[in-house]
Amino acid sequence: MEELQVYAFKYQRAESVTSAAAALSADDAAKVLSGGMTLLPSMKHRLIAPTALIDLARLPDLIGLREQADHWWVGAATRHQDVAAHVGLQKAIPGLAQLAGLIGDPQVRARGTLGGSLANNDPSADYPAAALALQADIVTERRSIAANDFFLGMFATALHSDEIITGVRFRTPLRCEYAKFKHPASGYAMAGVFVAQYPAAGADHGGWRVAVTGVTYGVFRWHEAEQALAKGTTTPALQRDDVIDDVHAPAAYRTHLATQMLAQACQAF
Amino acid sequence: MKLTFTLNGTLTSADVPERTFLADLLRDTFGLTGTHVGCDTTQCGCCTLHVDGQAVKSCTMLAMQADGCTVTTIEGLGANGLHPVQQAFSQCHGLQCGFCTPGMVMASVDLLRRNPKPTPAQIAEGLSGNLCRCTGYVNIIRAVQQASQAMQGDAP
Repeated sequence: MEELQVYAFKYQRAESVTSAAAALSADDAAKVLSGGMTLLPSMKHRLIAPTALIDLARLPDLIGLREQADHWWVGAATRHQDVAAHVGLQKAIPGLAQLAGLIGDPQVRARGTLGGSLANNDPSADYPAAALALQADIVTERRSIAANDFFLGMFATALHSDEIITGVRFRTPLRCEYAKFKHPASGYAMAGVFVAQYPAAGADHGGWRVAVTGVTYGVFRWHEAEQALAKGTTTPALQRDDVIDDVHAPAAYRTHLATQMLAQACQAF
Repeated sequence: MKLTFTLNGTLTSADVPERTFLADLLRDTFGLTGTHVGCDTTQCGCCTLHVDGQAVKSCTMLAMQADGCTVTTIEGLGANGLHPVQQAFSQCHGLQCGFCTPGMVMASVDLLRRNPKPTPAQIAEGLSGNLCRCTGYVNIIRAVQQASQAMQGDAP
C-alpha cells in the first residue's frame, strides 16, 4: 500500500451552497475544496490538517461568467482558464482575462478557481489585484463584501471560517491593463500592477484605480500612482517601507519592479 | 470511499481511502506507472495526465475528484501504436533521461488541442508547468513543432 501523505479527512461533495455552509458550521476544522491548487499541496506539506473537505467544484451555481448592467459576475468555482478564454470578458475587461491567463501554468489554470484564489489571499497571487482595482464585490452565501474591506493582509480576509464565496462582481471599467513580472520558477507575481480607468465624474483620483500585488505582504492600492494618472503627470516611484525583502528579491528590486510594471501597464493603454 | 471513472477508455471502479491522490491511485492500484511523480506538489508536471480531455497535475488532485470523469494516462494515449506527439519526441530526441517525458507528452497533446499551430514561444509557455531537469527544452520544443506539422497532415 502506498504511503498516505496527508492526514485523514472526510471527503464530501457538496449538494448545494447551503448544505456546504451547514457542514462547515458543524465542524470548525472542515475546509471547502475548490480547485485545490494551494490547499492540497499545503496538506501534503502538513501545514494544515482539515478534518473534512467539502468539494464545491461541481456546483453549477458557482460556475460561469455573466455580463450584468455595469459589472461582470464570475462564479467562485470558475476556473482560471475559463476566465482567460471568455471572449466576451476579453472585450469588456481585457485586463481580467489577461490576468487569469498569467496565473501559474496551464495545468494549474485548468483546476484553480477565482474563489479559491481570493479566499487564500496569497500576497503574491494575481486575482486580489484585479478585485481591488476593479472595485469588486466578493459575494458569499450571506453577504457582499467590497474588495476594499476584504483583503486583510497575508493569507487573511474578512471571511468567517464558515463563509463561502459564491461569486465576484467586477465593475466594468472604461479600460484596464495588468502587467506582471513572474517569478521565473513559481510563476507567482514578484510584482503585479493592475490599472483600471473609470468615468471621472464623482470618482476619486479621476476614476483611476491602481492595485499592486506581490510587492508587500498584501495587495494594496497605489494612491500616488492613481493621482499622477489623474493629473497626467509622470508616475511616481513606489515609496513604501513594507516591501517584501526575501531570498527571491531584495526590497529595492521589488520596488523597482512595481514602478516598471506600472509603466508597462500604462504603456499598453 | 468508492469512485467510478473511465480509465483509458474502460469504465473502472476503485475503493480507496479518501486521502488518496489520483497519481497514487493510478500507479499503486492500477499499476499504470507511466504517470511519474516528481515533486509531488504541482511544480514539476511529471504527473500530468488528462481529465475530461484537459491536462492536469494528478499529484494535486484527489482520486475522489476524478469520480465520474474520463482519465487518460500516457498508457492510453496511442490507441494504435505511438501517438504523433510520442513519435515526434522520439524522432527529435525530445528526451534525455525520460523522467519528465510522459508529463511533457500529455501537456503537449493538450497544448496542440487548444492551439494546433503554436509558435516556439507559445510552446514554451504551454509547457511552463513541466520541468525537464536534463534541461532538454530545445529538442522538446522541436518535437512539439514537428508533432504540430504531422498532425496537420503536412509532415516535414
